[in-house]
Amino acid sequence: MFAVRNALRLSSRLSIPAVTRRGCAGAAIPVDDVVNGLTDEQIQLRQTVRKFFVEKLAPHADEIDKKNEFPGMRGFWKEMGTMGLLGITAPVECGGTGLGYLDHIIVMEELSRVSAAVALSYGAHSNLCVNQLVRHANEKQKEKYMTKLLTGEHVGALAMSEPNAGSDVVSMKLRAKKEGDYYVLNGNKFWITNGPDADVLIVYAKTDPEAYQKGITAFIVEKGTPGFSTAQKLDKLGMRGSNTCELIFEDCKIPAENILGPLNKGVYVMMSGLDLERLVLASGPIGIMQAVLDAAIPYLHVREAFGQKIGHFQLMQGKMADMYTRLSACRQYLYSVARACDKGHFSAKDCAGVILYCAENATQVALDGIQCLGGNGYINDYPLGRFLRDAKLYEIGAGTSEVRRLIIGRAFNSLFK
Amino acid sequence: MSGRVLVGVKRVIDYAVKIRVKPDNTGVVTDGVKHSMNPFCEIAVEEAVKLKEKKLIKEVVAVSCGPQQSQETIRTALAMGADRGIHVDVSGKDYENLGPLQVSKILAALAKQEDAQLILLGKQAIDDDCNQTGQMTAALLDWPQGTFASEVSLEGDKINLVREIDGGLEHIKINTPAVITADLRLNTPRYATLPNIMDSLMNNETELHKPNHRTSLCVGLIPLFETVAPEDMQGGTDRSGAMLRHTVLQSGKPKRIILSCLCI
Repeated sequence: MFAVRNALRLSSRLSIPAVTRRGCAGAAIPVDDVVNGLTDEQIQLRQTVRKFFVEKLAPHADEIDKKNEFPGMRGFWKEMGTMGLLGITAPVECGGTGLGYLDHIIVMEELSRVSAAVALSYGAHSNLCVNQLVRHANEKQKEKYMTKLLTGEHVGALAMSEPNAGSDVVSMKLRAKKEGDYYVLNGNKFWITNGPDADVLIVYAKTDPEAYQKGITAFIVEKGTPGFSTAQKLDKLGMRGSNTCELIFEDCKIPAENILGPLNKGVYVMMSGLDLERLVLASGPIGIMQAVLDAAIPYLHVREAFGQKIGHFQLMQGKMADMYTRLSACRQYLYSVARACDKGHFSAKDCAGVILYCAENATQVALDGIQCLGGNGYINDYPLGRFLRDAKLYEIGAGTSEVRRLIIGRAFNSLFK
Repeated sequence: MSGRVLVGVKRVIDYAVKIRVKPDNTGVVTDGVKHSMNPFCEIAVEEAVKLKEKKLIKEVVAVSCGPQQSQETIRTALAMGADRGIHVDVSGKDYENLGPLQVSKILAALAKQEDAQLILLGKQAIDDDCNQTGQMTAALLDWPQGTFASEVSLEGDKINLVREIDGGLEHIKINTPAVITADLRLNTPRYATLPNIMDSLMNNETELHKPNHRTSLCVGLIPLFETVAPEDMQGGTDRSGAMLRHTVLQSGKPKRIILSCLCI
């Protein structure tokens, strides 16, 4: 039995992630999908994508983080396209897979479990860009842009934040002035995931600065349009490998036919999109928490101190229990809200609540993970440091924890007006 | 050659799982442990689907013998491109006693029933490492067999096969119908795409068969005495040149080398 199993492990088709090679007994902590309430299709989906990501991406995850780049990104995008992963929520008529938000979340969770940075880029492409096009693009725009985004030939992105407008995104200054059949864009965007690589970007600009939030419009911008350029790749604390940069617009002419959704109604496009963005991106921290468990729990059963495996000490048992229950609670909240969205029931309060809760717990679980490994958790030979740095982003991106709390608080205020 | 190919797929403990022996030494722990399709069976399914894509065969039927959960394995085969599935329901005590002889009898009966032209199996399963089912099935059907295949090509109603054997590669030509068992380097199995997974689950093309007296399962053919984990590895003695060369380099003085076989 062991001879063939070992031969399989070493055969060229299979690659083992660095952590298991290091001797952390066993592969991963299993996910109980019966408790999660997943259907047979979703269980099969998780198994298939997990296998794909472990074999194709896991061997490169550490290097992607160290070098802050993903050289194989384009090839990987095309492979994901072939598998139907880039347009999970896009209808079959457009070339998508026609599944729901929970299915999208399962895929992103497994991707985040292997590499949170690549998962973030994937989320920006498949949800922020593709899903917005699915919801708001007209037939002509869908025909022009969807196919290549779904096959992975093109990378998508979304740009709303600016150097001086993050949480207060509605105060954005990127100006779009109408000139005949074109709109001329002037200004910049900042913190744009996939910025350096994207071929198609959805950009929010002010078409009517006087009208404040009622003067924002969404545009579809193509890479290579004269006047549109990208500046330096940002050197981030975490999510290294998910390229982020500044976008610069200098008298950039965008045809009027590239307006996404109604003119000056961009804020509705943006805000409703943000709810779904928060829902899908919440699977990022779930994947990270699962990865922390995958790395820390086997270690606790290998490392010895005082004559026994440290996983048998009560305080370590307590840590495992705390990490596991946080993850499980977050997961059930996320899956429940996703199921509701799949039924057509969208709750802004819960979408904000889900990512608020998941992100803050992920940071805590990642800290616990480092603590479980002790000194080894503090060196970069082990991935726990990467998990913490990646987890922290989710408390900031897609609306900071503060903004998310505002949304929920205000939702309750409005019940008692 | 056109027609039907039967592909046997076995549900086994996933290759990456750390195997644990049950405390009472009656077997290994399988409850709650991740299972998946035997890797050599995946290679067999891939080969069958490839033959169908080349239009050399008409239909790929995935067969699995086991309890209810074997249906997951069949679904994986369907998602990879198989057309139909047959689940032979074997559970409880019968399943514990299910071995290559019983499975080959089932496959032989199914081959006759389905009028199969070709049976594709993995060369062995990674749980029992028997490497018997393919050979036994061929013997029961009195069909030629091409085992450890690393290359398969159809030529009219004959099959050209390259087999990986201890001495190297053996090229043989066999008649159809035949049994082929897949070795590691035959192909690289594809990942099931999402649309295929959804399709395979919606069109549940799996028939349920209960084995009858024709395919009778002999109870307890091979009595199992005990299952134990292998002993922990001890340090070995290095009689190869490696350590000796290391010592020579360190001390600068050559030593007399007595050549003997490697101790690993």
